[in-house]
Amino acid sequence: MWRFIGVRLLQAIPVILVVITVTFFLVRIAPGGPFDSEKAVPREVKAALEAQYKLNLPLFQQYAAYLDDLAHGDLGPSFKYPGRSVNELIAAGFPVTAELGLYALLVALGIGGLAGVCASLKPNTAQDYIPMSLAMIGICMPSFLLGPLLVLLFGIYLDWLPVSGWGDIPGDKILPSITLGAGYAAYIARLGRAGMLEVLSQDYIRTARAKGLPRWQVVFKHSLRGGLIPVVAFLGPAFAGLLAGSFVVETIFQIPGLGRFYVQAAFNRDYTMILGTTVFLSVLIVLFNLLSDILAAWMNPRLRAQFGGH
Amino acid sequence: MNARAIDDIARAEQGTSLWKDAWLRLRKNHLAVFGLVILALFVIIALLTPWIAPYSYQAQDLELGASGPSAAHWLGTDIFGRDLMTQIMYGGRISLAVGFVATAVALLIGVTWGAIAGYVGGRTDAVMMRLVDILYALPFMIFIVLLTVVFGRNMLLLFLAIGAVEWLTMARIMRGQVQSLRQQEFVEAAISLGLSPATLIRRHLVPNALGPIIVYTTLTIPNVMLLEAFLSFLGLGIQPPQTSWGLLISYGAETMEEYPWLLIFPGVALTLTLFSLNFLGDGLRDALDVRGAKD
Repeated sequence: MWRFIGVRLLQAIPVILVVITVTFFLVRIAPGGPFDSEKAVPREVKAALEAQYKLNLPLFQQYAAYLDDLAHGDLGPSFKYPGRSVNELIAAGFPVTAELGLYALLVALGIGGLAGVCASLKPNTAQDYIPMSLAMIGICMPSFLLGPLLVLLFGIYLDWLPVSGWGDIPGDKILPSITLGAGYAAYIARLGRAGMLEVLSQDYIRTARAKGLPRWQVVFKHSLRGGLIPVVAFLGPAFAGLLAGSFVVETIFQIPGLGRFYVQAAFNRDYTMILGTTVFLSVLIVLFNLLSDILAAWMNPRLRAQFGGH
Repeated sequence: MNARAIDDIARAEQGTSLWKDAWLRLRKNHLAVFGLVILALFVIIALLTPWIAPYSYQAQDLELGASGPSAAHWLGTDIFGRDLMTQIMYGGRISLAVGFVATAVALLIGVTWGAIAGYVGGRTDAVMMRLVDILYALPFMIFIVLLTVVFGRNMLLLFLAIGAVEWLTMARIMRGQVQSLRQQEFVEAAISLGLSPATLIRRHLVPNALGPIIVYTTLTIPNVMLLEAFLSFLGLGIQPPQTSWGLLISYGAETMEEYPWLLIFPGVALTLTLFSLNFLGDGLRDALDVRGAKD
């Protein structure tokens, strides 16, 4: 197990380096410097600004300096919000995005897991078809359509829930969390159903049933762990998707999270902000992938045995 | 066994070729047929839009403004009095074009990459597939947003950028196919007859791997269309005066309180297309008996 974790950790390092390098050079080859748009900045001021942001150095020295700063956890200053660092903006936005992502994940796991397990217990009956058809709708209905439709229905016509904000009015976290989580609930339902069906057809489940164990015990004690391995393996990619999805959801519901800052930075061409956020999110996603791989491996006794027990 | 019987067998075998068999199975899948019909309809409408659209793309009626569905405007009009049905038809051209072109880019890169890796094997294969693994771990939504910043909001680059990130699974599937095909005798025969690798890949390996490629292509198109709509919704994709379903949904969401049809109709068009493609892809996978192309 430790060897497995070690191998995966070593594999993550080049990925993170590639992300940092590609992002850095992509942002640097973007047309136009960040100070070109300022109206008639005197040449000395521009030179001073460029010196301050180290833009006057050769590209590779800039890269080395950036890596050095990064190693110390410093993502640099923001170009568009003078006096604020990328670190501060991330510190302000990320907790909000993380909270939204967490609730969305709970929605996805709760609804999706339940639907998938229910469907797998009585395949090819109404108990299977109804949740699976809903799941298909969930997969095909993008969040930027689902969000406004939910707002229209629950926020405006029925007037049950607030239509925007985050933590200002009670209940304003419900619609964003559902909007973000719905698509993943659908995927998890499908994965959970397929995984459970496979486990339920195994010999050891038949043995458990033949021994006369109660049905709930067979489902919860014997099947769930194996059946949900595909779901756990999906959590890494789902996390990446949730972060990207938060761009849209935060825009729709006017939530001051990192996703909205990122899209705003993309509009404003705030290069350091884009660079810093991309690096931050990428590292986070790589680590999360790693974590979900390890968890899935830990849940899978065959893989555990392959790497020599605990 | 006489010659006649052999002839009969040959004819019978021809009668249930892989493709005919697959078509028969696909036809029994009602959802897949529904998807195929809707898709064909939308593609035909998109191709004929300049001739069959009820109004011209630029036509405005500022006095009318936003109005609900009526006899003159079946799907209503937006705040400038533009006919929504016309907008959706022209938007569909772009959305579908992005879907097909970007998928074609992904197909070309993925199939070539996977075929070479699977064919050459050894260290080349290891390096090429390791690269695919690394790219897989990257957060692509975030990178696409980054690319729209770097390259500006150019539609051609949007095609390329989306295509360039969607080829990875295709490469993996193609490599697996080629690796298993390489062991077959007819490939050995072709090599010993002195066929060049390029011809071998083009003439024998790609055609024999066509089933999984078709299935995966059908499932890639909705992903790509979703990505385009996502970017356009954020304002980073298709730019006015052009329009796409994503952009129409974005405008619709802004004014949905007063004019809900502006959100609902483009949303129905996009969702219906994505539904159709997913059903068709699932149906094709079952009909062609392809495993592991999705999930």
